[in-house]
Amino acid sequence: MSTALMSLATSGDIPSDTVEPILTQITASDAGGIFEFMWLLLALPAFGAAVLFVAGRRSNAWGHLLGVLMAVIPAGLAIWLLVALMGRPEESRTITQHFWDWTFVGTFNAEFAIRLDPLSIVFVLLITIVGGLIHIYSVGYMAEDPGRRLFFAMLNLFLAAMLLLVLADNYLLLYLGWEGVGLASYLLVGFWQYKDVAAVAAKKAFVMNRIGDVGLSIAIMLMFVTFGSVTFGDVFAAAPEADSTTMTLIGLALLLAATGKSAQYPLQAWLLDAMEGPTPVSALIHAATMVTAGVYLIVRSNAIFDQAPVALNVVLAVGLVTMIAGAWIGCAQDELKKALAGSTMSQIGYMFVAAGLGPAGYVFAIFHLVMHGMFKADLFLGSGSVMHAMNEERNMRFYGALRGVMIVTWITFICGFLGISGLPPFDSAFSKDDIIAAATSQNWFAGAVTIFAAGLTATYMTRMMAMTFFGKARWHDDAHPHESPQTMLWPMIILSFGAIFGGLFAVGVIGDLNILEWLKPVTGYEEAALEVPHWSLEVITFVVVIIGIVLTWMQFGMRDVPQAAPQHVTVLTKAGREELYTNTWHEELLMRPGQHLTRWLVWFDNKGIDGAVRGIASGIMGIGTGLTRTQTGYSRRYALVMVGGFLLLVAVFFLAWWF
Amino acid sequence: MDPVAYVILATILFCIGAVGVLVRRNAIVVFMSVEMMLNACNLTFVAFAQMHGNLDGQMIAFFVMIVAAAEVVVGLAIIMTIFRTRRSASIDEPSLLRN
Repeated sequence: MSTALMSLATSGDIPSDTVEPILTQITASDAGGIFEFMWLLLALPAFGAAVLFVAGRRSNAWGHLLGVLMAVIPAGLAIWLLVALMGRPEESRTITQHFWDWTFVGTFNAEFAIRLDPLSIVFVLLITIVGGLIHIYSVGYMAEDPGRRLFFAMLNLFLAAMLLLVLADNYLLLYLGWEGVGLASYLLVGFWQYKDVAAVAAKKAFVMNRIGDVGLSIAIMLMFVTFGSVTFGDVFAAAPEADSTTMTLIGLALLLAATGKSAQYPLQAWLLDAMEGPTPVSALIHAATMVTAGVYLIVRSNAIFDQAPVALNVVLAVGLVTMIAGAWIGCAQDELKKALAGSTMSQIGYMFVAAGLGPAGYVFAIFHLVMHGMFKADLFLGSGSVMHAMNEERNMRFYGALRGVMIVTWITFICGFLGISGLPPFDSAFSKDDIIAAATSQNWFAGAVTIFAAGLTATYMTRMMAMTFFGKARWHDDAHPHESPQTMLWPMIILSFGAIFGGLFAVGVIGDLNILEWLKPVTGYEEAALEVPHWSLEVITFVVVIIGIVLTWMQFGMRDVPQAAPQHVTVLTKAGREELYTNTWHEELLMRPGQHLTRWLVWFDNKGIDGAVRGIASGIMGIGTGLTRTQTGYSRRYALVMVGGFLLLVAVFFLAWWF
Repeated sequence: MDPVAYVILATILFCIGAVGVLVRRNAIVVFMSVEMMLNACNLTFVAFAQMHGNLDGQMIAFFVMIVAAAEVVVGLAIIMTIFRTRRSASIDEPSLLRN
């Protein structure tokens, strides 16, 4: 079986020593060649967005083509850059390019500079390739939408911001990209803002992200106070000598930021609502790229987290909780996209668990992130294709038996299913097993939870497959499902190749690139000492996954699924349908007090502040009115006042002289 | 020389003038009272100039007289105008201008 293959790929290839991160940096002009054109990665999508926003309706006819071009060219450039980076020796793979001094005040200097290293190139590849495919998909998906050109403008804006996020050379510039993707996410979730739910979902996503963003800004301020710089190079070089309390604070602030952006518990509630956006947006932003930015932030800041074991443990705890919570929600939701969103939360939970393991897990977090980017984008595009065919019906209870009419979608969805469920030798089998092994080596409990979550993953995915593609047709009367157009199918086909072969490619079974060896110089690595043989964990996981698949198939594949959701269900299902009541407690504990606070503030503003201002104004007017009384027009009275004033002055002088 | 007597006389003249300004309603009389106050000042200037034996005070007294003469011209003209329009030289009448 492929267990041997995997052992070869994972434990066999990794030398059991410790790798320290390499901090050397080379400027782009020194590196020469293609590296001098790194800036195009950012400039092209930004240019596309600017043209499409400014040109407005005039570009309706060709806007989507420009948008696609501005996403596909960076993808080609990224591949070229990867090849160029691979050609360089390991210690000189960090290339920086300086554009201009962005902000400098006193000793604070944030440059507008980008940094390409083995970690960021992985993200750049994921963003541009998956992004490019989703741009192509959107051409077909949004074909009938009157706002297609605007949609592409926003997608380009998102690409530019996301690339800035992963390419930034300092935390302040990263923050700019971080806010940029937040803005693009807000715009795109609310793209159909004439629907109330979409507008509300966009606002919710934005507000909950802001809570996390506060964490990032606090972290940046703490870094500046501690290190006097926010540049990656300076911070990472100084971090090992820094005070561990400060590092813990920075780590926790960064975690808050990551929690908001990556929809981790307790800031996860926006992700399910964000599914109101167009499906390509869900695939690109809320599955493959933006929501994984939190993982990037933590792994990028590994030098800080290495000094903050407490913060790392909190990362691990957040990851474990979200991993189970997301899978739980994914098992209970009836809307295809919401179930997938639950799955996204759960998989990012896996990445957080890996990142929370410290140097033993950073590489696996990124590994799983890349795998997830491919299979989850594939699954989302598949769900978009299904919804496209079913008149935008989202509820899986009205699907069924679609494998007959949508063969390509069905097959690509199966590829995604294989990729996510962890069956060897597909994507997750490599990345998830590595995470399980690393977790088990540090903490038996964490290992057990990750294995259990692997079973849940198989459960919700089997449920989705069974309800959507198998069983009897439960369609609406007016539904005439049909296969999607070519522009939508090809991106799905390519991504499903990624979902099937991505893992084999990433560990070097196909090709000669090993993502783990590749990332180690940036993230550092420490071989985890596993007390049990690696293959035993793989077997346990495999068995758990198979049990999950079989049990779910017996429930949803072999019995008829009712169109109305059953009401007599277990507490667990009820809680899952209600998204574990997080919305309820957010509402009761945060939203209502917030509303009361704002109401009180409005009252205070009206009565207190405005009252003070108006009071001063009316007081002065009153004094003025009173003073006009003295202007009687009787000149003799003026003369009397003058005499009185004179006498008063004389009296004052006299008293001053006397004493 | 001792200026006390002059100063007392000037004070008495000034007070008479001031009271005249405050209590009389006829513009002409008020005017004359103002002149009396000015001349009380002139008297002190001249007396102190005599005491110090220089001409400074006398110079200022001349200035005061000239300014007073100019002022009288303007003031009387105003009083004449008011009298022509309102047939009265009462100093309280112009308070109607207030509104």
